[in-house]
Amino acid sequence: MRYIFKTDYEQDIRIVKHGGQAFWYSALGLVLLVAPWWAGEYWLSQLSFVLVYSIAGLGLMVLAGFTGLASIGHAAFLGVGAYVEAYLSARGWPFPLSMALAAALSAAVGVVVGLPALRVKGIYLAIATLAFGFIVEEVLARWESVTKGNAGMTVAAPQLFGAELGSSEAFYFIALATCVGVTLGVINLMRSATGRAFIAIRDSEVSAQSMGIHLAGYKTLAFAVSAAVVGLAGALYAHKLRFISPDQFGILQSIDLLLLVVVGGVGSIHGAFLGAIFLITMPQLIALGKDWLPPAIGQASGLQAVVYGGVLMAFVLFEPMGLYGRWLKVRTWLQLFPFYRRGMFRRQKAFTKSERLK
Amino acid sequence: MSATAPGAALLTTRGLSVRFGGVLAVNDVSFEVRRGEVFTLIGPNGAGKTTVFNLISRIYTPSAGSIVFDGVELTARPAHAIAALGIARTFQNIELFENATVLQNLLIGHHIHRGTGFWSNLFFTPATRRSELAARERAEEVIDLLDLQALRDSFVAGLPYGKRKVVELARALCAEPRLLLLDEPSSGLNVEETEDMAYWIQDIQGELGITVLMVEHDMSLVSRVSDRVLAMNQGEVLALGTPAEVQAHPGVVEAYLGSVDDVSSLRRKAP
Repeated sequence: MRYIFKTDYEQDIRIVKHGGQAFWYSALGLVLLVAPWWAGEYWLSQLSFVLVYSIAGLGLMVLAGFTGLASIGHAAFLGVGAYVEAYLSARGWPFPLSMALAAALSAAVGVVVGLPALRVKGIYLAIATLAFGFIVEEVLARWESVTKGNAGMTVAAPQLFGAELGSSEAFYFIALATCVGVTLGVINLMRSATGRAFIAIRDSEVSAQSMGIHLAGYKTLAFAVSAAVVGLAGALYAHKLRFISPDQFGILQSIDLLLLVVVGGVGSIHGAFLGAIFLITMPQLIALGKDWLPPAIGQASGLQAVVYGGVLMAFVLFEPMGLYGRWLKVRTWLQLFPFYRRGMFRRQKAFTKSERLK
Repeated sequence: MSATAPGAALLTTRGLSVRFGGVLAVNDVSFEVRRGEVFTLIGPNGAGKTTVFNLISRIYTPSAGSIVFDGVELTARPAHAIAALGIARTFQNIELFENATVLQNLLIGHHIHRGTGFWSNLFFTPATRRSELAARERAEEVIDLLDLQALRDSFVAGLPYGKRKVVELARALCAEPRLLLLDEPSSGLNVEETEDMAYWIQDIQGELGITVLMVEHDMSLVSRVSDRVLAMNQGEVLALGTPAEVQAHPGVVEAYLGSVDDVSSLRRKAP
């Protein structure tokens, strides 16, 4: 088992903690960098989708996983980002600018949604964000002069200095760069005072407040950051699909994002990536499985929804920490073999909570 | 014992009252905590001690009265602005950040001294790096003082009750306060842990020069560390003085044990 002997405070704030991590993440980076040369057109496209959903997942993770504010309307921010990007691309804006504006506008909408979040919690906040999701979907459908309504709109390829970056390789690299940038940003936030304030709010608001954390300010900030990141994902999503319509940003998409976060592992950055991989590969696995199932079940129309629902329930019941939590257990088992104990990850019951200040 | 230098008042409450519906939880409470002393609130359950704490840390808003800390009127400040003035607190039922490590908890305690904002954090600028290193240095001093080295990277959710109490004290100290509010520091601790707590409170007062205002039931701990004691009952002040004076005060005895008449009324009448 690896034990990191700390002799310097720098070691605490370093992103890469030890040589093993440096090796594996460099290897991963290398494999991803040369992906256009080893992956075929199909797998490159799937990989691009994983990147886009990872970014969206990171955005929701900041809000739901780190700040503890659940949202069932996050597809709305994906929609805002996608439509801003589509609108600006059609007018010939270079993609770095248009994506930045998509993120900024999405963040502004996030602040507006965040305002009621300062007053409501838990299930009420979930309902409020759900309603917000419907409102945005409706606006996208009705504001025909900008969004072309339910007919949807086609999206131009990303442009830079007059050149069209229409190839799937170009898009892949844009998505990869954005994903790396966003991940580093989130890691930076989480290893500094801002991220710790988010965690403090998640775990105990009354005590966070007594530590000098401005609850309203940080909750609004969490909404803004989350919305901006999901908006970026939305901009990429628009370029990837080349065609967007309001129904892509409805409740089902929001639930997909929530599923991603829960299955991946609430409260971990790795979780967003594992969740995205799950979300993209699951339909393929279901498609493969269809051939093995009796036609009556295999050809049923709601099969995917049923499988998703089942998986979500299984995770909530048996592995609340998601795929990442499961990976931690597997890793510990390997490191400690043969000394792993079953109870190792069992958390103690929290003590008297009856008189907690709410 | 401890330095009882006649310091000026650090915290003054005047006519402090709060009403929850029909219940007058705190009624016209006035006292002053002097710089550098350990000042203890005692009283039976429901006397309003914790409510006074929550009024000072602005979780509740008083119905009447004023709280002045070092010349600043606290009732005009929001709850999140209290820590920056130099007041840190612990909670009766432990309000730690459960799904974070001990170190992270201590660093959150240091939040008011961060000196960096969102954008600086986002790009992890040299300013953020410096502030993170400084925060860790401070946290390490507190870890040394309270012997928490072994728990630095443990998650709070897995810690036993006694350790959580210490972590909470440590988190409050990381804020580098001038006034420390301790809400029942020894509740739920065994004899040995209470002993440690008493030493630490004396260290905090003596070495760090922090003024301590605490609520406590354990009278041996109270008389050991307190310079002055305020006894409360049903939201009102009963007595104020040295631990010995307050313990001997007839009103205090009555509040805890009932009056002589009460006791005699319980006696079996002679046939």
